Amino acid sequence: MNNQDDIEQMNVVVVGHVDHGKSTLIGRLMADTHSLPQGKLEQVRATCARNAKPFEYAFLLDALKDEQAQGITIDTARCFFKTARRRYILIDAPGHIEFLRNMITGAARAEAAMLLIDAREGIQENSRRHGYIMSMLGIRQICVLVNKLDLVGYDQRVFNALRAEYEGFLRRLDVHPLRFIPVSAVNGLNVARRGDAEMPWYDGPTMLEQLDALERPPSLRELPFRFPVQDIYKFTEGGDERRIFAGTVLTGSVQVGQGVSFQPSGKRSRIRSVEAFNAAPRSQAFAGDASGFTLETQLYIRPGELMVRDDQPSPLIGRRFRANLFWMGRAPMIQGKTYKLKIGTAQAPLKLVAVLSVLDAADFVSERSKQQVDRHDVAECVMETHRPIAFDRVDQLLQTGRFVVVDDYEIAGAGIALERMDDSDSTVAEHVRGREFAWEGGSVTPADRATAYGHASKFVLLTGADPGKLAALAGSIEQALFRSGFKAYYLRPANALRGLGADIQFRGEMRDEHIRRLGELARILTDAGQIFVTSLPDADEYDLRTLELLNSPNEILVVRLGEASDVSMPAHLTLPAGVEPDTGVAAVCRLLREKKVIVDYQI
Amino acid sequence: MNTTETIGQSSSTLDRLEAQSVHLLREAYREFKSLVMLWSIGKDSTVLLWLTRKAFFGHVPFPLLHIDTGYKIPEMIRYRDEIVRQWRLNMIVGQNVRALAEKRTFPDGRLTRLDCCKTLKTEALKYTLSGEWPRLRFDHQAGRYVEEAHGEAFTGVIVGVRADEEGSRSKERYFSPRDRDNDWNAGDQPPELWHQYKTDFAPGTHIRVHPLLDWTELDIWEYIAREAIPVTSLYFDRGEGRRYRSLGCHPCTKPVVSTARTVDEIVAELRTGKFANVAERAGRAQDKEDGGGLETLRRAGYM
Repeated sequence: MNNQDDIEQMNVVVVGHVDHGKSTLIGRLMADTHSLPQGKLEQVRATCARNAKPFEYAFLLDALKDEQAQGITIDTARCFFKTARRRYILIDAPGHIEFLRNMITGAARAEAAMLLIDAREGIQENSRRHGYIMSMLGIRQICVLVNKLDLVGYDQRVFNALRAEYEGFLRRLDVHPLRFIPVSAVNGLNVARRGDAEMPWYDGPTMLEQLDALERPPSLRELPFRFPVQDIYKFTEGGDERRIFAGTVLTGSVQVGQGVSFQPSGKRSRIRSVEAFNAAPRSQAFAGDASGFTLETQLYIRPGELMVRDDQPSPLIGRRFRANLFWMGRAPMIQGKTYKLKIGTAQAPLKLVAVLSVLDAADFVSERSKQQVDRHDVAECVMETHRPIAFDRVDQLLQTGRFVVVDDYEIAGAGIALERMDDSDSTVAEHVRGREFAWEGGSVTPADRATAYGHASKFVLLTGADPGKLAALAGSIEQALFRSGFKAYYLRPANALRGLGADIQFRGEMRDEHIRRLGELARILTDAGQIFVTSLPDADEYDLRTLELLNSPNEILVVRLGEASDVSMPAHLTLPAGVEPDTGVAAVCRLLREKKVIVDYQI
Repeated sequence: MNTTETIGQSSSTLDRLEAQSVHLLREAYREFKSLVMLWSIGKDSTVLLWLTRKAFFGHVPFPLLHIDTGYKIPEMIRYRDEIVRQWRLNMIVGQNVRALAEKRTFPDGRLTRLDCCKTLKTEALKYTLSGEWPRLRFDHQAGRYVEEAHGEAFTGVIVGVRADEEGSRSKERYFSPRDRDNDWNAGDQPPELWHQYKTDFAPGTHIRVHPLLDWTELDIWEYIAREAIPVTSLYFDRGEGRRYRSLGCHPCTKPVVSTARTVDEIVAELRTGKFANVAERAGRAQDKEDGGGLETLRRAGYM
């Protein structure tokens, strides 16, 4: 079938300080290109006449009653129009500072931006802020419209002076506008038709001509492959056996047979198939595809991991990074509070470690030093996540270098990662150091308990893919040790979730909180001289290192059921997935003897 | 036309729209436990249903909800139940049974069009979502709808609204929070950027998810053609020189003059620009009341 595939579509955002005339400009463009629904112009004119107020083109867009009452755009509105070259979605972004969140939402969808400046008022705070935000959003195609030339007598000198000033500012942000166009939106000059009579000194394109001259941003397909795993599906209905890793390819491409790894866990596999519903079979997936893959090996990972190709540069993995951050939250971003980071499909608890500098909102060039990031500030800061995340430096791969920060259920910050920083001294390590320094020992020492109980204390953690088999083995170990007279206790995961973890969910970033509580509990029970056994399905290397750290100075023994897909995973003992309980128990007891938890003759 | 080669070379507008909608659907499914999709039987929400099967590789992993005003064109209900059986959908139907019994409707002459919409749609939707009113669920074994007295409350609702339909819809977010009373504060909406949406919410908040926001009417029909999606025959001229462009209740919905008999003919008709200057919902009488009828309805929870 012949459809409009050959017709391009482009999203263009129109931004500018409040009252610099965005809505008028778009209303004018829509009217002059005959893109308005029939009768709309007449209807708005009639409404104005009825209310005895002069007609304005801006009213055409102000579809919401709130806006008509206040006379300002409060949210992005989208207008559709078409030229011979392509289809456009024009995004009218609000200029008022109170609605900056809406402006960013609109601008983030755009491939190009029209920045509007009032010839009389000149460059205002928001003109600078918007320029900065465009640069941070990665919008490279920017065109500056100097509006209201009619109010300065179409004076070329006013236009030239503004151009020089704003160009100088943008250059410092590494933003280089394609063009400056003098317009009079209210009279429709240099919008859709030329204003040669009024501005004979301008021989560049009109706004409409400039729109058609824009190019689509280059393809993302040539970049390294980055696939944030959005979810893992196994819909068994109708005998469907596929285990599908679903998500949207951000950059690059991949094909069947390609070796891949998942970051930050480091697990590896190979692409078995590219899955799709009601589509021709395919063997490749490209940037922009909402796709799904099956893998050649059984792999247990959680949503949020970044799938990358073995034969391409790896992303950075770390917990501490330097970033530029734009803050939109009502409450400032402060140190000591836990936020949530969302990058790709990953989520992780996040803390502000240090504020390096804050750009002054008045000129957006000079820097101030302060300890927090206030609303509408742009700051360079150091942040730390609770667990490692995979990301790229924004100068190397924009798509995996940008993130948002959630505060109190709301997206409050948007940032770009500048570099990874040394995180060897983590906040968990710092916490454990402080805790141990202050730990109050009693007159009964660990050695006293070991002598009295006839064995040392130990934290035994079972992990693997199958929670049922883990529970069966852990239960058998508890039984065998207890019957031999040892102080052994198996904490069933469900009991921990219902009790200690009753206030949180065992998913997403809250899983880390469960693991933290489990580690602290292990520290207490091993202090009490117990052999503390529990199971944690699908624990990754980071989970184990965290538990090891939290349980220190006491020791942890990790027993793995089934082979780990990730070879770097530490385990003191690995048992086959189908091991008989008796054999498993014997092997674990052997390990306990080797580690001198229990002595030889006891079992 | 969608061979491996063409997908490999360049993605079309439809490919991009499809990918975006699929991404949003998967995001909603991962983040919200009690999720439901509104299926009005119209072309948009039928495309949304198809995109759901795309997103979940042939499966529809959440229930669908239809608010039956009792005044729907009978053909719509026949078509609905046929698809429900064929695709084995988890289908829920809600209705304002009491208002219909008491004849508190516009066709009965007791209410204005706007109040009738509020009563039969908005109110029915609110109490069906909350689980306070009984729901009918399709029992695939029995082959009929069975009443459920106390259903779970749905806190995430997927809706097929499009930005180009009407002014107020152009200001929606992909993920749009509503408070307990379904109130929508258009001036204070969460930011959305870089594939990040508001997926954290305080207890008591409801989320509306709008995966079709960026689609136009023409995109919808071109996609129906490309994917061969079954739609109700009401959209086609059946010899009377008229067809429905937007579907609603029969007392308030008027067909347009058109001789388009197939999906391809509708696409061709839309491309001529025949309707370019006529609002898609022009046949929907309730939009014209009170100056900004749809905006008033949407604030109160209308979709």
